[in-house]
Amino acid sequence: MSLRLENISKVVGGETHLYPLDLTLEPGSFNVLLGRTLAGKTTLMRIMAGLDRPTTGRVVENGTDVTRQSVRNRSVAMVYQQFINYPGMSVRDNIASPLRIAREPAAEIERRVGEMAELLHIEHLLDRLPAELSGGQQQRTALARALVRETRLLLLDEPLVNLDYKLREELREELRHLLAARDAVVVYATTEPTEALTLGGNTAVMYQGQVIQYGDTVASFLQPSDLRVARVFNDPPMNMVPARLDDGTLKLDDGHDIPVPAHLTGLRAGRYHIGIRPHHLGYDAPAAESLAIEGTCDLVELSGSESLIYFRQGDYEWVAQMDGIHHVAPGEHVRMTVLPHHLYAFDDSGALAGAPERSARGEG
Amino acid sequence: MEKIQNQKAWFLVLPALAVLFIFSAVIPLMTVVNYSVQDIFGQDYANAFFVGTEWFRDTIRDPELQAAFGRQLAFSVITLLIQIPLGVAIALAMPTRGIMVSVALVLVSLPLLIPWNVVGTGWLLFTRPDIGLLGVALNELGLDYNIQRNPVDAWLTVLVMDVWHWTSLTVLLAYAGLRAIPGAYYQAARVDGASRWAIFRYVELPRMRGVLLIAILLRFMDSFKLYAEPFVLTGGGPGTTTTFLSQYLATIGVGQFDLGRAAAFSLVYFLFILALSWLFYTVITRMDRE
Repeated sequence: MSLRLENISKVVGGETHLYPLDLTLEPGSFNVLLGRTLAGKTTLMRIMAGLDRPTTGRVVENGTDVTRQSVRNRSVAMVYQQFINYPGMSVRDNIASPLRIAREPAAEIERRVGEMAELLHIEHLLDRLPAELSGGQQQRTALARALVRETRLLLLDEPLVNLDYKLREELREELRHLLAARDAVVVYATTEPTEALTLGGNTAVMYQGQVIQYGDTVASFLQPSDLRVARVFNDPPMNMVPARLDDGTLKLDDGHDIPVPAHLTGLRAGRYHIGIRPHHLGYDAPAAESLAIEGTCDLVELSGSESLIYFRQGDYEWVAQMDGIHHVAPGEHVRMTVLPHHLYAFDDSGALAGAPERSARGEG
Repeated sequence: MEKIQNQKAWFLVLPALAVLFIFSAVIPLMTVVNYSVQDIFGQDYANAFFVGTEWFRDTIRDPELQAAFGRQLAFSVITLLIQIPLGVAIALAMPTRGIMVSVALVLVSLPLLIPWNVVGTGWLLFTRPDIGLLGVALNELGLDYNIQRNPVDAWLTVLVMDVWHWTSLTVLLAYAGLRAIPGAYYQAARVDGASRWAIFRYVELPRMRGVLLIAILLRFMDSFKLYAEPFVLTGGGPGTTTTFLSQYLATIGVGQFDLGRAAAFSLVYFLFILALSWLFYTVITRMDRE
């Protein structure tokens, strides 16, 4: 099935939740909706599912307009961020419920429930009630319930966000395999760029009720179409600094300048926003060719494997993401460098003007 | 690691416990026990003599009391059978958002705010066949409705009055239970294509189970202690057709001043409610564990 959204918008009580948008999801495709909270991901999913009617526009499945069709008559399954199962039914009955409603034969139901339970590793829990399961097991049950019916559209609304870190990684990996084997159009909403990258497929980046970029996930990550995508599709968000490009010199407004890097030489002279990914900032780049950023440390966030160092100089705030533990005291002077071939340039309107060469180091 | 046993904390709650036990529970209860095993006239302890279990045997064999007990049990069961489903139905029909929520909640809560004897008086006027709205209306319709004369009318009126007074409690509890169900459950059920009945049976009812069990427990115990409303409305009549346990107790103790029998009766009554409450509690906690 292909799912086409034409000029879809949603206005609730004078407040615009979705601005008119067009989106075509190919048959059998895996699509990530990436955006921060309140970007409109859930609203869009509810319209895709048929739970809500769009204010304008049409939802077209395989060339048929289904905008007015109730969710009951569509072939949709959905998984939520809360663990939603029928509280009064055992895990077995929960997984079987969509099949029972569809009046499948009993033997077929049993076979498919068993198969699904096995795929999701909950076959030993079939006789329990959802309340007797851990969060991860409850979400596995909800996933089994959604997957057991071979629907044409499968919607997953931040399904892993309420699980702890370890479980999330584990289930994400399993989901990737489970979903890859599907013919359905799969839509997966998340706030985490890392999750989008892990899952692959296509990504629609959402920002304040708009889809601002849609395309291959990795390509979108490497070539964000504008400033907003660059910020949303990087965690922590990409650092931005205004700059002036003139006479072969790139002069950042914070005072530092370097010769224009090779991949940006084609740009006209003028004002640009220079984007630097936090993980490209570091202490160790060779000083000769690299661009230095200096400031005063505000805060350091340590996790076991990496450090986030927030620092500022005047109005400019920066964040650097580095491997390992780097302890910097707040108030201390920080000097970081970035290799020029990592720089992004966005023009005055915010659109991407120049991105790092993909082939340089295998990444941007 | 060695656990330090320190029981000093008990001393801190001792004064409160002492007041609670001695003045509000033990002493009054022991007085009742005292009366139940002796023949004492009024406060004349000097002429009291021990009668053993005679009062208890009397009480249990009393046909009037057995009849009152039967009426009581029937009343409690029927009133629950009406109030719980009715309360849930009203809760399901209540608005879920907007200003109407407050309006509905206030309207539903009103009967709960009215004192018991006022309810009785209100219904007494309401049902009078000469001036009461309900009484006159029913008689105009050709029904011979009179709660002073007709036992069936009296019985049904007490039942309707109790339903009117107390269904609101179930409504409020059930409504709270319903509101606590996340919207995603309803969405998920719609996506599955589940019917309205299936949503009620497999989502709403299981999620409301806790509050409904509490409602049943509260309403059962409360209805077992029913006193003021029928006392005002019918005075237990006509005859003894609406005399429930507590009213019969009052007749013996306060009316006939038969303190020995009243004391024995009180203890049996108390133990019965205690046993029932224990039974409910056990069943509820066991069901919760399952």
